[in-house]
Amino acid sequence: MLRRDFLKALGCVPLICTAPDLAIAASPTGQYQNLLILIEFKGGNDGLNMAIPYADDAYYALRPRIAIPRDQVVQLDERTGLHPALQTMLPLWQAGELAVVQGIGYPDPNMSHFRAIEIWDTASASNEYLQQGWLSRTFAQFPPPQSYIAEGVSIGSADLGPLAGGARAIILNNADQFSRQAKLADDALIRSGNAALAHILKVENDIQHAASHLSGHYTFTTEFPKTTFGNAIHTASEIIANQSGVAVVRISLNGFDTHTNQQPTQARLLKEFADGVVALKAALTELNRWDSSLLMTYSEFGRRPQDNAGNGTDHGTTAPHFIIGGKVKGGLYGKPPALQQLENGNLTYGVDFRSLYSTIHEKWWRLPASSIPGGHFSNLNIIRT
Amino acid sequence: MRYYCLGLAFLFTATLAQAAGMGEADAWHLLARTGFAPSPAELSTYARLSRSAAVDQLLAQSTQQAVTPVPAELAAYSPPPRLQDVSEAEKKQLQRQQAQYGMQLRAWWMQEMVATPSPLTEHMTLFWHNHFVSSMEKVKSPALMLTQNQLLRRDALGNFGDMLHAVAKDPAMIIYLDNLQNRKAQPNENFAREVMELFTLGIGNYTEQDVREAARAFTGWSLDRDTGTFLDRPFQHDNGVKTILGQTGNFNGDDVLDILLQQPATAEFITQKLWRDLISANPDPAEVKRFAATFRNQHYEIRPLLRAMLLSDAFWAPRHRGNLVKSPVELLVGSVRQLSIHQLDPRVLALTSRQLEQDLFAPPNVKGWPGNDNWINSTTLLNRKQFLDKLTRGADMPVPEQYMMQPPTPQQRLARLTDRSMNRIDYAPDNWIGTLATHPQEQYRHAERLLLASTPSEPVASGLPPADYVRTLLLDPVYQLK
Repeated sequence: MLRRDFLKALGCVPLICTAPDLAIAASPTGQYQNLLILIEFKGGNDGLNMAIPYADDAYYALRPRIAIPRDQVVQLDERTGLHPALQTMLPLWQAGELAVVQGIGYPDPNMSHFRAIEIWDTASASNEYLQQGWLSRTFAQFPPPQSYIAEGVSIGSADLGPLAGGARAIILNNADQFSRQAKLADDALIRSGNAALAHILKVENDIQHAASHLSGHYTFTTEFPKTTFGNAIHTASEIIANQSGVAVVRISLNGFDTHTNQQPTQARLLKEFADGVVALKAALTELNRWDSSLLMTYSEFGRRPQDNAGNGTDHGTTAPHFIIGGKVKGGLYGKPPALQQLENGNLTYGVDFRSLYSTIHEKWWRLPASSIPGGHFSNLNIIRT
Repeated sequence: MRYYCLGLAFLFTATLAQAAGMGEADAWHLLARTGFAPSPAELSTYARLSRSAAVDQLLAQSTQQAVTPVPAELAAYSPPPRLQDVSEAEKKQLQRQQAQYGMQLRAWWMQEMVATPSPLTEHMTLFWHNHFVSSMEKVKSPALMLTQNQLLRRDALGNFGDMLHAVAKDPAMIIYLDNLQNRKAQPNENFAREVMELFTLGIGNYTEQDVREAARAFTGWSLDRDTGTFLDRPFQHDNGVKTILGQTGNFNGDDVLDILLQQPATAEFITQKLWRDLISANPDPAEVKRFAATFRNQHYEIRPLLRAMLLSDAFWAPRHRGNLVKSPVELLVGSVRQLSIHQLDPRVLALTSRQLEQDLFAPPNVKGWPGNDNWINSTTLLNRKQFLDKLTRGADMPVPEQYMMQPPTPQQRLARLTDRSMNRIDYAPDNWIGTLATHPQEQYRHAERLLLASTPSEPVASGLPPADYVRTLLLDPVYQLK
């Protein structure tokens, strides 16, 4: 008996508890050949200084200490521009491969880092508590091929985020090291009602599966930046180069909790991000995967429009996010920041974040968006067919 | 197919336990949950006591100060240099020194955990470090992080209210949660938010308006950078009237903390967290309420709360045994203590713990390490096993040069390369297992009882040599549990 089967019998793994659509489960469709790459900005990125409403006087009035001077903004059109640290991404914009979706949020926003990211990771409503990540729910209903090394790979984070609670997912920082060590994971057979032990055994099982398929080296001509994020991008590219496949890669970038002295920190992080994305595009192009890859950034919340006395910003509500890829219809989408109509000092949202998830399901993977709870969310017209 | 049942393991203890004592299985559970998995001597000592005598002894033997001397260079506070005033080379040198001091600080605490006569004290100090989180990554000063650690150790089994007030004025916390910049003109909300969400009430028990009002009350609390001590700046304090959790007045920071302590939610939040630490991943709401009421009525004295929890039926219930994952620190320090490994450099323990995602003095964020199942992912599980494997193979575990206070001389470097015994772990399984009992059969049974919370997930093949037998037990998934 495979361990997965006995876990199923035990009901330890929610993934398997959700009755799968057997017809689809039996013959995985090709939709996961379209790869999703999630890039998480941990700590609440200040979106107003990422996609900047530089023509709005209110922007400069609210941020006497941290506004980006107009002449440094990388202008996208006559009223919106990018942080100067994102300069290297301008060619992506010019190629029509960068969509900037503004004003993303949800009703009754939560400003706790931890609750807010839980809402994003589970695609729940503000007052709804779910255990399973949104991708785990999708994969339970529509499993990626068994032959994939894993359904999802997470890099740069200790948690699985949207892959938590059931997906066949691994956390990986170095593919070589992982393969070398994997022989230490044994494959014991056990029946136990002990949830902690069941978790350890599931992880061992996922390691075994991934390691048995994770082989072969690809030598990139792309040069990866020598930063933490650059290393993560390199690892991600190696995983993607592996012929065995993976449906989702999630990369986390830390350090966006900028209550004080925000400018140098955010500039450094955004530069790391931009340089990493440029390298990722080059690597994916080498692999002939650029057109079948979709990158999406996200963060648990945006920050308050008004800066604080410490040259930083406190927790806020909505933010813009980037969608990038060879099949992306570039441009500005969503709701530009309405700085004259703040609610309690905060921006109001225009695009529910679950619309992005819905778009990924229906337009990118061509799946019904039925795994997104809380009703149907309208799709964004940001993907070329 | 074979079926194994956790708990069967505990049957054998009835025959071995001393007549009056609680027996080895109970002693193992109590010691593993309140400190580290026991050494052979600790196990037999506690097995002879009744449950209540054992709990009382643990509480009575707790200490307030570390026994490991603090390296002088760590204890001395020096104000942070203005980075714009130093050259690139000096900056590099400062960063190098910071990395070394940071590692020395972590190693100091690791050493204390290995050496302590009161594992409970270290367990609770670590618990509070993971509650009142600050990180060396932001605070930068090892002296201030050390001061916070000493504060947490002093109050670890004392009074929660006192500890909360002290932590709010603790220099490392002031820096970590940005109270340095908290002025009446534009309050910084970071501390006010986290003190409610993570230190006292828990999410859902306050509003955004409470956060804003509390931030006003904390304005003026700051730090004297030259001395590294708390500084109250009355002229930066907002003296206006605030309304917090339904109470209105011209509150200062201490008033707000007292208001937070009056809320039943605070006692429940702390009790629930302790339940997750001591008993199981799923606190029983009714029991938590009961313990919390006592906690609040006894003015937040920690010792009686711990005593009540450790003597509760829930703590001893068979279903709650071996159902929590050892933290990296528990795994590392516990293994070293259990296997009587003496000469492993504590910096190696600190670095390995970092690799296992529990970097002492640097939790990932203000919520701390989520713990339990979250300790185990594909990367950390492999790293855990690799460490245990190395331990039993007597492998090399050198300290990387960048963490040495003095760079090695060329001769030392050569010696390190050629003389493999220099870094080698001194573990000799044959000797170790030989000390456990006289008869070989008994030795193996003792080893299993000492190392595992329950029977191994797979039966160990008979006839293995001692080293292989011990390694098999250490690599069994059950070794990760407590």
